Amino acid sequence: MTGVNDTEIAEELPPEELVLGDWHRARGARMVPFAGYLMPIQYEGIMAEHLWTRAQAGLFDVSHMGQLIVSGEGAATALEALVPGDVSALAEGRMRYSLLLADDGGILDDLMITRTPTGYFLVVNGAVKWDDIAHLREHLPDHITLNHLDDRALLALQGPQAVSALGRIVPGIAALTFMTSDMFLWGEEPLWISRSGYTGEDGFEISVAAEAAERLAEALCAMDEVRPIGLGARDSLRLEAGLPLYGHDMDPTTDPVEASAAFAVSKARRTGGGFPGAERILMALSDGPARKLVGLTVEGKLPVREGAVLFAGSTEVGRVTSGGFGPSIGAPIAMGYVAAPHIAIGTRLEAEVRGKRVPVTVAAMPFVPHRYVRQKG
Amino acid sequence: MPRYFTEEHEWIDVDGDVATVGITDFAQGQLGDIVFVEVPDTGAVVTKGGDAAVVESVKAASDVYAPVDGTVTEGNAALADDPSLVNSDPEGEGWFFRMTLSDAGQLDGLMDAAAYKAFVSAL
Repeated sequence: MTGVNDTEIAEELPPEELVLGDWHRARGARMVPFAGYLMPIQYEGIMAEHLWTRAQAGLFDVSHMGQLIVSGEGAATALEALVPGDVSALAEGRMRYSLLLADDGGILDDLMITRTPTGYFLVVNGAVKWDDIAHLREHLPDHITLNHLDDRALLALQGPQAVSALGRIVPGIAALTFMTSDMFLWGEEPLWISRSGYTGEDGFEISVAAEAAERLAEALCAMDEVRPIGLGARDSLRLEAGLPLYGHDMDPTTDPVEASAAFAVSKARRTGGGFPGAERILMALSDGPARKLVGLTVEGKLPVREGAVLFAGSTEVGRVTSGGFGPSIGAPIAMGYVAAPHIAIGTRLEAEVRGKRVPVTVAAMPFVPHRYVRQKG
Repeated sequence: MPRYFTEEHEWIDVDGDVATVGITDFAQGQLGDIVFVEVPDTGAVVTKGGDAAVVESVKAASDVYAPVDGTVTEGNAALADDPSLVNSDPEGEGWFFRMTLSDAGQLDGLMDAAAYKAFVSAL
């Protein structure tokens, strides 16, 4: 049979070792190449890890992601020339989801931008971080400084028990609300912690010095409610949460409106433009896009995966970009691009899987409700 | 009843000219949680090394190949309701299909349990 050896995935360069690589192996992880690193895809099993995260707290090593600081006089304005978000309006400690855009409005990456006392902290996808760094270096003015914090690891603690678990060793983190962040001390170790994540659950992302990462992972996993969780469950959790995966659900051929990420085009910027591809994007906002990223529920048990063609009758109307089994839902789910006439919630379509037609229905996302802890009032 | 193994991690139990086919415990462990199995229709003609079934884990779909030439006599209907049988009992209740053999001589090219164990430990 095929696919029983997932280390066969071809990579151009030998994958790098994560600072926590041996720690993952000692915990029983199966390591696979992903985004240029050997990463833990699973420990005890994707299903169990997924359900554990929804019920308890899961620790994810996402140190493959790029951590960057953009600083200098006018850094906000400089970033606004590259992304459609209102960076200038970010208060200190606030973070925003944004998109790095090509000149034609295509999406080069999706990222988080946080305003910190020392500049704007960017977290970008691991698979494209070197392209992002090159793009930023090329397009940011010379007096703006770009630092790659490659001496830091990034851990995410996600799930309903995350706040009590992390709060036990880092007092004060409960004061954070969704999409806010601050510096905290764990003993003498400074941690940059945000209340954010990629699972739809409450949780935190923790930027920690590489040399302290193993100690922190150990301290967290020593607690009964915390287990390490691999990339496999990270993918099924984010799919249920309706969160796009860069390189699959969005890429340079898709613009923010098509990608159902129009919310990342801040109101303040919809009149002024001044970001790459503004003309195309603002037109798509007013006229509606020709196609759109939508959620799909799947009838039956057969998973509908990336690449499956979508049909309305005999007419091809789109393509699945992410799909699989949703462990919390107990059924397959997917997302994909669908032509505008067929994107209404409840529209019945068919996906072709190995020559068979599988009934699917356009559905609202998230598939599993988000449980973010938002600011009150 | 002799059991043979392929390098693609299928097993085949032979009883006269009828055989039962499944995937090995090693294979299910590598695949992880299995959520769907597509078994061949009764009467389907399969060829050695050709696609015979599909197994879907949470993360991916994988083809299962026929270990030898033959004709399918029965797919395991229990897998439709409970695909996780492949995880819990891969070399028993989690069998995929039964088949008649066209050429029993093809079995000679397969591994026995000891050879398969050595094959897997070298991976």
